[in-house]
Amino acid sequence: MPDTPSLLPLVGILIVIFGFAFRLNALLVVTLAGIATGLASGQSLPAVVAAFGKAFVDSRYIAIVWLALPVIGLAERSGLKERARDVISGIKAATAGRVLLVYLALRQATSALGLVSLGGHAQMVRPLVAPMAEGAAENAHGDLPRATRERIKAMAAGVDNVGMFFGEDVFVAIGSILLIRGFLEQNGIMVEPLQLARWAIPTAIVAFVVHGSRVLWFDRRIAREVAAEADASNGGPRA
Amino acid sequence: MITLDVIYVLMGLLTGGIAVVNARDASNPRRWRNTLFWGVYALLFFAGSYLGDFVNGVLVLIMVGTAAAGLGQGTREAVTAEQRAASARRFGSRLFVPVLVVPIATFVGSLLLKDLTLGGVPLVDVKQVTQIALGLATVLGLLTGLVMLRPPVSAPIVEARRLMDSVGWAAVLPQSLAALGALFAASGVGNVVSALATTYLPLGTPVAAVAAYAIGMALFTMIMGNAFAAFPVMTAGIGLPLVVQQFGGDVVVVTAIGMLSGFCGTLMTPMAANFNIVPAALLELTDRYGVIRAQVPTALALLLANIVFMAIFAFP
Repeated sequence: MPDTPSLLPLVGILIVIFGFAFRLNALLVVTLAGIATGLASGQSLPAVVAAFGKAFVDSRYIAIVWLALPVIGLAERSGLKERARDVISGIKAATAGRVLLVYLALRQATSALGLVSLGGHAQMVRPLVAPMAEGAAENAHGDLPRATRERIKAMAAGVDNVGMFFGEDVFVAIGSILLIRGFLEQNGIMVEPLQLARWAIPTAIVAFVVHGSRVLWFDRRIAREVAAEADASNGGPRA
Repeated sequence: MITLDVIYVLMGLLTGGIAVVNARDASNPRRWRNTLFWGVYALLFFAGSYLGDFVNGVLVLIMVGTAAAGLGQGTREAVTAEQRAASARRFGSRLFVPVLVVPIATFVGSLLLKDLTLGGVPLVDVKQVTQIALGLATVLGLLTGLVMLRPPVSAPIVEARRLMDSVGWAAVLPQSLAALGALFAASGVGNVVSALATTYLPLGTPVAAVAAYAIGMALFTMIMGNAFAAFPVMTAGIGLPLVVQQFGGDVVVVTAIGMLSGFCGTLMTPMAANFNIVPAALLELTDRYGVIRAQVPTALALLLANIVFMAIFAFP
């Protein structure tokens, strides 16, 4: 029976779970969890603050995507979202679900070719995909209930994530494949990236089928919610 | 040579500009808090590489304290809906050009920049080429937009301020989570979790071990916010010793599908802030967990599929 290690380092995880469950300010929760974890491992407070500061500054590269905001804001100011809706309204067959299905296919296929940087929430979803999906739903149903509008946007963000996660692993030079290979190499097991990437294909297919079906079914849910809203505002079922 | 520090100067200009616009906006009741928050963030971009770790840590704490006190948002709109509609009719589909320049130039840049040299020295830091390409692509997109749309000079920063303040402190959450992950790793959180898992989980059959590994990857990814952080811990704890060595599973299948099981966890956790929380803020959803809700059914279905695939393909 091996020694059970001290459970004290897990205090940070408890703080995080508690904080997210009660919807406290996530930035505050994460910072407190980090400081508590450092203190629990026996470091002094100044050392923990320094470690947090170093790791924060070292990961500034994550924020570079915000540099896209000036150009997106500028285009939105000039009518980008309105134009995106106009374009979609010219396509008779377009529905919210079909718009999202097309983006899912594009996102997954380009990610599988290593073109992960062609998508993204700031670059594509906010300025183009979400307005197009909303516009398609408006064409079919007129003005949308607020909750429905929110769900369409949330689905658009989800499509970007699912498409990228389950597309990129089919590409041999992506970070996760290289990480697996490096880890196994350290353990004395040599594998080729191509072997690893091949086994990402079954899950990639299921991801497209499952999420693609969900976005297509989503059209029916939009219709149902719009009908329910119309009933509520008319004070009874529609004729 | 163009390094990340050049891009950080651009980030400093952006966040500093957002602080200035906030300071001048009386329609935001908390404008000085916003000014402090974005101003300190700008300082971290300009000077973070030169200040000491402790000073950086204190600056981060000032940002966190300001965010916890509550940030505000200006209500002034620079243009009306009618003006936007008229502008949309005027420019038509040309409006897509500056926006599409960003991803396309990022992609082209990440391919081309790494081979360019200037007097024998690489033009860009090869290790950071994708991030640098993204930073430069946004500048190219902005210049394209300025030339095509001819807005007032202040428009880009005023509009960036509008978008950034609608995201608010969630914009720096991914960085804080990366810092938390580093502290977790330094404190040995992973070892404790894998020791607990192997001690208390029933792992007597190949299928049970496969399920424990895949679900463990998803759960630990949800805690760490990142499949990359969970993978070495769970694979060293369960994947290699049990599924591969004890039960004879194929190592390629097990590790490849194990990583994908972690991705299922990424879809379900607020800890993966840049995929789940930031987009909710960026799309101005009232439900902070709206994106996660939209993804959970897919994530659970794919986790089940991963367990089935691993159990079938790893034991031929």
